[in-house]
Amino acid sequence: MNNWQILWQARDQFWSGFLSTMTIFGVSISAAFVIGCVMLYLLEGSRSRTTILLRIFIDGMRMLPFLILAYLLYYGLPSLGIRLNAWWSGVGALAAYHGCYFAEIFRGTRLTFPPGQVEAAKAHGFTKGKMFLRLILPQIIMQTRPLLGNQLIYALKDTAFLVIITVQELTAAANSLSGTYFIPTEAFIVVIGCYWAVSIVMEVIIKQCGRFSTKRGFDNA
Amino acid sequence: MPETGLEFSKEPTEVAVSIRNLSKSFNDVEVLRDVNLEVKKGDVVTILGSSGSGKSTLLRCINWLEQPERGSIHIAGERIGVTDEGRAMSVKALARVRAKTGMVFQSFNLWPHLNVLHNVTEAPIHVLGKSRHEAEAHARELLDKVGMSHKADAYPNTLSGGQKQRVAIARALAMQPEVMLFDEPTSALDPELVGEVLAVIKSLSAEGYTMVIVTHEMSFARSVSDQVVFLEKGLIIEQADPETFFTNASTERVRKFLERNK
Repeated sequence: MNNWQILWQARDQFWSGFLSTMTIFGVSISAAFVIGCVMLYLLEGSRSRTTILLRIFIDGMRMLPFLILAYLLYYGLPSLGIRLNAWWSGVGALAAYHGCYFAEIFRGTRLTFPPGQVEAAKAHGFTKGKMFLRLILPQIIMQTRPLLGNQLIYALKDTAFLVIITVQELTAAANSLSGTYFIPTEAFIVVIGCYWAVSIVMEVIIKQCGRFSTKRGFDNA
Repeated sequence: MPETGLEFSKEPTEVAVSIRNLSKSFNDVEVLRDVNLEVKKGDVVTILGSSGSGKSTLLRCINWLEQPERGSIHIAGERIGVTDEGRAMSVKALARVRAKTGMVFQSFNLWPHLNVLHNVTEAPIHVLGKSRHEAEAHARELLDKVGMSHKADAYPNTLSGGQKQRVAIARALAMQPEVMLFDEPTSALDPELVGEVLAVIKSLSAEGYTMVIVTHEMSFARSVSDQVVFLEKGLIIEQADPETFFTNASTERVRKFLERNK
């Protein structure tokens, strides 16, 4: 039996690792997106203490290696009496970390948002919350689409770090198979293929969404 | 505050906008000085003056996009920006009073992610709480009125400046405002597109809409106005019916201005 046949027989292990990775990715990136939007909303308006603290928090997170944050949540929080299992530590770390990146991407684009549109919204009786949700946020998302796509790929790759805090995901599956049968090259080639495949699918989807914004004059794809 | 009965909060209903003793400064520069102006329901008032005279600021105070330091503004009898107790209005209350005005901007400010129809229905649905069905029917009527119904599904980036401005007018009308405010509606347009926008505004005046218009188009001001106001350094120095204003102005400054803007 050659190495590839061994891997084929262990396909269930890969498959469950893959599903686990996709679940972690899906849950954490959705949470990160919401966190990014909420942070953008909190950064609206004048410079208050909240906005300054939030900016410091966002920058602090962005300047932190992701693995350290995952370690901190998994190994550090129990000393504060908060015990999260590996899965939730991983998802929490991904959500918070990439949430801050999302917020920063949104914020950069928000700075160039035409103030006239905000005035028009005010003049038509919009309050802050509705204006944000209906007029500002949709445009910011359309405008930041390519950057968001990029960030999704980063987040996907970061899920691989979670093997170190014992989350049973795709990289963990490959790691365990390569250890058991001593076939690291083949095992990791399969994993690379999986990450590439998911990334390519995301790229295509994000590109397709571009039609939506091109029609509205947001970019020239 | 003592009870003073009805006259305390109620203005005569035929007054659409009443501005009293309005003053406003930016830093130390006084841009409006003790301005008083009354706009009757159905009237068209144009505000003229050179750049920096405060005319746009005056217009923007009416819907509280600028907050004056002193004085009061009532829209259809309701004070904007300040509560009966003299405190700043809550965001919600302010939004409600603002919705009684419709504003058309120099730079159109359409929302580019929404198509023409949805630009017009956005505020009626999400501010006034109208049903989508009702809002769309009304919006199509208004787009028809401004000659833009054939572009209902187009996005703003595909329209010319004049078309954008006509959509912006429909969008403001959709709020069924007590008064329409126009802030130099043709200043950002190519000369050959000015006419179509002015024609729409003229047709609105014929329909009896109350309008306050800041403009540099003299002949338009002359033909459309019931009242012309001239601002100079934040003061109203001339206020008259258009005939008197354009042929027999009482101040030297206005005569010079009209001479230069012929």
